Amino acid sequence: MTAVVDQPEQTGAATTDAALSVRGLWKIFGSGAEKIIGTPDAELSRADLKQKTGCVVGVKDVSFEVAPGEVFVVMGLSGSGKSTLVRCLTRLIEPTAGEVVIDGRDITKAGAGDLRELRRTHTSMVFQHFGLLPHKQVIDNVAFGLEIRGISKKERRARAGEIVDLVGLTGFEQSYPDQLSGGMQQRVGLARALANDPSLLLFDEPFSALDPLIRRDMQNEVIRLHHELGKTMVFITHDLQEALKLGDRILIMRDGEMVQVGAPDEVVAAPADDYVRDFVSDVPRSHVLTLKWVMRDPRPDDSMDGPVMKADTIVRQAAKAALASDHPVRVVDENDRVVGIVDDDAILRVVVAEEEAPA
Amino acid sequence: MTATLAPAPPEPDAPPPEEPVARRGLPRWAWALIVIGVWVVVYAFTKGQDTLVLPGREHTDLHDTLTGFRDDVLASRDSNPIIQLTYAVGERFVAVVEWVQTLISVPDFPRPVPQVGWLGVTAVAAWVGLALAGWRIALLVAASFVSFGFFGYWSDAMDLLIVTFVAVAVSVLVGMPLAIWLGTTRNRYVLAAINTTLDILQTMPTFVYLLPIVLFVGIGPSGAVACTLLYSLPPIIRIAGHGIRGVSTTTLEATDSAGQTRWQRLLKVQLPMARRTIVVGLNQTIMAALAMATLAAYVNGPGLGKPVLAALQSRDVGGGFVPGMLIVVMAVMLDRTTTAASEAPEKRIRDGADPKIRRIVLGVTGALALVAVYLSREQIDLARFPENDVRRTVADGVNDLVDWFTDTFGGLTGGFKDVISYGLLNPLESLLAESPWYVVAVAILALSAVLGGVRALLPTVICLAGLWYFDLWHDAMVTLNMTLVGTILVMALALVLGVWMARRPRVDLVLRPVLDAGQTIPPFVYLIPILGLFEATRFTAIVAGVIYAAPVAIKLVADGIKGVSPATLEASRATGSTTWQEITKVQLPMARGSLVLAANQGLLYVLSMAVIGGMVGAGALGYDVVLGFSRSEEWGKGAAAGISIVLLGILIDRICRAAAHRDPVTHDPSKRPWWRAASI
Repeated sequence: MTAVVDQPEQTGAATTDAALSVRGLWKIFGSGAEKIIGTPDAELSRADLKQKTGCVVGVKDVSFEVAPGEVFVVMGLSGSGKSTLVRCLTRLIEPTAGEVVIDGRDITKAGAGDLRELRRTHTSMVFQHFGLLPHKQVIDNVAFGLEIRGISKKERRARAGEIVDLVGLTGFEQSYPDQLSGGMQQRVGLARALANDPSLLLFDEPFSALDPLIRRDMQNEVIRLHHELGKTMVFITHDLQEALKLGDRILIMRDGEMVQVGAPDEVVAAPADDYVRDFVSDVPRSHVLTLKWVMRDPRPDDSMDGPVMKADTIVRQAAKAALASDHPVRVVDENDRVVGIVDDDAILRVVVAEEEAPA
Repeated sequence: MTATLAPAPPEPDAPPPEEPVARRGLPRWAWALIVIGVWVVVYAFTKGQDTLVLPGREHTDLHDTLTGFRDDVLASRDSNPIIQLTYAVGERFVAVVEWVQTLISVPDFPRPVPQVGWLGVTAVAAWVGLALAGWRIALLVAASFVSFGFFGYWSDAMDLLIVTFVAVAVSVLVGMPLAIWLGTTRNRYVLAAINTTLDILQTMPTFVYLLPIVLFVGIGPSGAVACTLLYSLPPIIRIAGHGIRGVSTTTLEATDSAGQTRWQRLLKVQLPMARRTIVVGLNQTIMAALAMATLAAYVNGPGLGKPVLAALQSRDVGGGFVPGMLIVVMAVMLDRTTTAASEAPEKRIRDGADPKIRRIVLGVTGALALVAVYLSREQIDLARFPENDVRRTVADGVNDLVDWFTDTFGGLTGGFKDVISYGLLNPLESLLAESPWYVVAVAILALSAVLGGVRALLPTVICLAGLWYFDLWHDAMVTLNMTLVGTILVMALALVLGVWMARRPRVDLVLRPVLDAGQTIPPFVYLIPILGLFEATRFTAIVAGVIYAAPVAIKLVADGIKGVSPATLEASRATGSTTWQEITKVQLPMARGSLVLAANQGLLYVLSMAVIGGMVGAGALGYDVVLGFSRSEEWGKGAAAGISIVLLGILIDRICRAAAHRDPVTHDPSKRPWWRAASI
């Protein structure tokens, strides 16, 4: 199936352009972990390795690249290694092997000073449980990153003030974290991450602790900020809806291993294996799939009177116009070349009979 | 077989060795009863043999050896570098204390009065209270200081404060780095080493610190500061270290990810976030220091402890009442001030107070305080508190009251004393102290094995062997008996009041502040009123010990019972339990961990008091220690008694802990009988 994207090709963008590039990253917990990599033991399953050596694999040979301005989502169930992976990116957890290149620098080889510099200026992280300082006011929590860089109080407060406005916390500058709701606290966490003006933002399940309505608001907030600021983001989540909503591309992990990397519609339309298929089975496909996934090849006898739509139009958005027309939709690529035809049946198969859609 | 592990091989008439581990079918308490039953039977046939009694002034070769050791140490003062060092440190303490004394408490020759008089000191203290904790505390501080002068104990009160604060300052200087180490180290061995040392230090009754320390730094202010310092060190290390360790890992990770250095991590995140806990540790350190500084009167330390000690020695209840009361005033003042100071800054910011106004207020009041200092240097009446005879009047009044009370209710207190003495004290004492020593040793070993299992065995063997070795077995058993009886009374009190508090919020509201205040009072002070009621007998020490231990035990029981899940309680109510069933079948069993902890604390507190009470008729080990202070040739016996007290404390503590740890049903709440321990 052409839809399953071959991983090396997918991540094979020119290295120098990537904002973040991870190559052969391993994290094995336990003593003697370094010795395992490269031996046959490394190929054992997580349970077998634990049985044999007492070590636990957190991240197993993960490679991917994130383009500047991209939102890259890492998804998996708890224990899949996604939180370990994101911590390895700035060495909050020391990786066992592999390379992490951020803005052209391999941080796995960086000394303590360089690493600190990188954390101060290039990356920021937002945490599930916020990690705010309860003894500081909101404004000083936001300014914390600037404070430890030694920026004067006046300047850092001024800069933090702008960020506070940006994330919609205006008026709460003097509050303490425990006076805010969970959603507001995470806005503080977000603001703190943004205050450093990092090129790479890391999110570790930032909205899992929030209730559903707040979570939706915050997701929209992230989308808005991404539009406004265009930061590169690596976003960890266990929530597929969230991954599909936010991600330009999604990396699915299981037991520390990569299972699939691809755009949301690729993951839904062409799951790499049963694990992913099971994962995406509940997704309303019409919300995710694009016409590309439901069109058939044009035939000479196709009517040329139907509406014309781009291949990356989402099925749900196309449905009304397509069904209203008596003629099938002509699907075109970015050069307005007709690449396929979508008739009513194809639309209905996705919209009405989700479960019968081709896998 | 436990008997083979006993310090000496069991004699033929020792009780048959008990099974150390409770088998399925027979619960542990049944085994314990069997042990005691066998013990009683053996006692009946062997009582009075080999009890190792060492009457009043007799001492053994070992004690003479210890005295000789003391003499050697004293003789080597000019040559031994260690002794020279400790004496040099002690002299520094003396220098600091004496300098501050000339400042605020004793005449600074040629001045007939100290540099700063009572008005100045009071004004400055009140200003500090204002700056730290607000005007209520300032008023409390001012009132406290005025009361020191009004009741005629200005110098003694100042001396006590000086010793306390010099010791606390050094404690913090030494303790905070250790606390930070304890709070940040990842090395398991360092953690275990620090914790075990602190455990042992905290098991030791106050009294025991005095004798060895005085040997190395001498008596007077140096000994007082050194003892106080050592006694007040563990709380700050333990509590502050715990606070630092408890800082949320998410926050640490989040701030690490922002690129902080280790120093920034410590100074901007760990210490500020642990501030509250650190101040609690400081509070505990100050209270411990005050308790010890009071007791340091035994080694000729300056302060309010001196008049208390003198009054206790001459059985002058009224004379001891006034300084004792002032110690309580000081304790309450220090406790309230530090507690309020820990909450004040945050409260100020949250209330949105204007820092400018605060600065102006502090500036103006500070200037006023300086004016007061100036005046108190110029005016004799503002320098030396005007004389009055309130002190004597109150003392006489209290004595009259005590006389009236004992005349009127003497029968009642005497009856109470007799009931406890004949019903509990005497029989238990016969069993412990009149059985042959090896019978007692085997019995204790068997009990510890039954209750605490293998874990308790080794410490028990070591402690028993130590007690035997130091030749004060009989005295140790008498002290142990007082401790056990006291603890039984404490637990009875704690169960009744604790359950009552837990079930009736209004009772809790009334009792809790009283208990909190009770916990801050130095143990020494409790002896004064009890002495009035029961005169100089062992009973005075026991009752004082019960009152001393009661607050902590009651609070532990009450909090434990309150911690029982309301859902379980509701369920038991839904099945139709009576109140009694609810208490005995749900609340007490589920709060068992707290009950064991309460018993453990109770034992250690009562032991501590039984020892201090040595000088008011409690006899035994406490008396031996006091004798060691007062008679040069008895030093060795006193030291042996001190070590025996420590061994008793560790013995009790370890058996309790092991009992708690071993408990196989800790993880199965349905099977927990309340007295059988849970995690401490």
